Amino acid sequence: MNDIVIPGGVIPDGLLPSYREQSAAVRARFDSLKAREVILTVSKLHKTFESEGKTTLALKDINFSTHRREFLCVVGPSGCGKSTLVRILAGLEEHSSGDVLLQGQPVSGPGRDRGMVFQGYTLFPWLTVKKNVMFGLEVNGHGKLECEREAMQWLQLVGLEKFADVYPHQLSGGMKQRVAIVRALANQPRILLMDEPFGALDAQTRARMQAHLLEIWRKIDITIVFITHDLDEAIFLADRILVLSAHPGEIQELIEVPVPRPRSVAQIVSAPFLATKARLEELIYAGAHDSAEEEDYPIMGRMTHVTDNVE
Amino acid sequence: MARSSLFQVLRPLSPRAKLVIGILSFVLPVGLWSLVSYVPAIWHPQVMITDPGSVSYLDVGAHLARDAFDSEVADASHEGRAPPRGVPANPIYLPSPGEVLKAFYTSFTTPPETKDGQWLAQSLWHSIQIIFWGYVISSLIGVPLGVLCGAYTALARVNEPFIEFFRYLPAPAFGALMVAILGIYDGPKIAIIVIGTFFQQVLIIANTTRKLDPALLEAALTLGTRSRQLLTRVVVPAILPDLYRDQRILLGWAWTYLIVAELIGTTSGITWFITQQARFQHFPNVYAAIAMIGILGLGTDMLLALLGRRLFPWDRSLAKFA
Repeated sequence: MNDIVIPGGVIPDGLLPSYREQSAAVRARFDSLKAREVILTVSKLHKTFESEGKTTLALKDINFSTHRREFLCVVGPSGCGKSTLVRILAGLEEHSSGDVLLQGQPVSGPGRDRGMVFQGYTLFPWLTVKKNVMFGLEVNGHGKLECEREAMQWLQLVGLEKFADVYPHQLSGGMKQRVAIVRALANQPRILLMDEPFGALDAQTRARMQAHLLEIWRKIDITIVFITHDLDEAIFLADRILVLSAHPGEIQELIEVPVPRPRSVAQIVSAPFLATKARLEELIYAGAHDSAEEEDYPIMGRMTHVTDNVE
Repeated sequence: MARSSLFQVLRPLSPRAKLVIGILSFVLPVGLWSLVSYVPAIWHPQVMITDPGSVSYLDVGAHLARDAFDSEVADASHEGRAPPRGVPANPIYLPSPGEVLKAFYTSFTTPPETKDGQWLAQSLWHSIQIIFWGYVISSLIGVPLGVLCGAYTALARVNEPFIEFFRYLPAPAFGALMVAILGIYDGPKIAIIVIGTFFQQVLIIANTTRKLDPALLEAALTLGTRSRQLLTRVVVPAILPDLYRDQRILLGWAWTYLIVAELIGTTSGITWFITQQARFQHFPNVYAAIAMIGILGLGTDMLLALLGRRLFPWDRSLAKFA
């Protein structure tokens, strides 16, 4: 295995604790987490695509479950089917075989019990922020006044009440996603599915959104399944990380993140964080070596004068 | 403004450049027309007689081809008669901008030449009504059908192959048929405008509907929207600004069918006015009437564009070019 490079220097291989090592506090947290009721169960899930007469296996034998108020991240190389997985959970795509159970009930089609935040901006451009948040309540038959009152409460909760009458196009990318989260939460779903929701944001905004999301998650009875390809993001946010491999997408490991809560940016250089990251990199990039991706970057011939060097 | 910055693909203009270039788009053609009309050295292939001299068949004000005039002058001076005199002129079918401008005013104030004739304003009003009803009838069916075809693929497959076929049939070809069915007055005229507009309308609006971002539908579904609510709650409001723009374009389309439609059965409206004036060789009036159609069309479109900006304050798609 490789040595780990951190800003302060190098931690030689072997000195890093195992990612399986948990402090007493972390272990106690996981015990209480697992004692809570199961919200989502996925068992023997398969997904195949038919294209041009060829059948591709996108997801193979996926089994996992999440407990109430758990924060689960799903990571994996591109093409591992993590987006497909979350879309199946949302009911936007059908699975080929297996079961998806929400509180014991099989899932069929999209529904208000599973909120979703997408990577792209999906606020309704013709509605103001407040009316976007009201949308879910309205289509579920709540009265207009009640919707309005609840929407305002939600906006106040996340500090967006100033923007209630603003149209989405007047908001920054981070703000749009904040409203999208609130819009999903206003429906009071059992589970919040997030498909790389911060993928389009700049690094600074993304870091603030991560902290903001954790703050929301702490205060509300919500279980989160969060798809990302950013390993730091996954470790920073998750209780457990589901690692998928590509072609076909199958579970490699379900990692319990040993980083204690509450999380802070400073933990990024802590030993449990680095150990977890090393393990994730090992799982994800080791599998990527044999893929065709590697051959696509050739050593180029020189196009400049032989003395004209940049490094 | 540097030339390089004027010719860049999809680059928005500064407000000043937009105004200047916009004015130029009218000034340039009118300027060209003025040059041809007011500078005798340019074109002017005829001579307008100011004094017939000894040539018996010429009258004051008559137009004569330049070479015919020259040979008359040569003949007269050869035979010692008084030569005709005249000034260079353009053919009668090309009046000067000034004459047309004058006709613009006088055609509104001149009573009809025949007892059963119509004032220009009456003719125009009649045409506007034809357009209005043709467009409204077409839209009442075409807009909902287009949206439904765009939203439901099965419905599109049922309708669109036939509509694709039908839209290639020129609307005027149905003139005689429409007269047989609907009589000779306004019925067939409105029908031609409907036929000319409707089929394009369904296809254009179905296409616009299909361009809807599917992510918006998915977002609505995950919020618990049932599929029959999707149409009214998401599809229609999402495409409304584009649908409105399509409708503006289609209104222009309806205008282009107006003249053909009005020739069917009893000629009526602005077309009747134009053909009458052309028959009497009142060409400035003809130009004035044609210009009037353009002004009406452009005017309505500008009004509708302004209204659109009020109606859809969230629409950003064309804001930077508007």
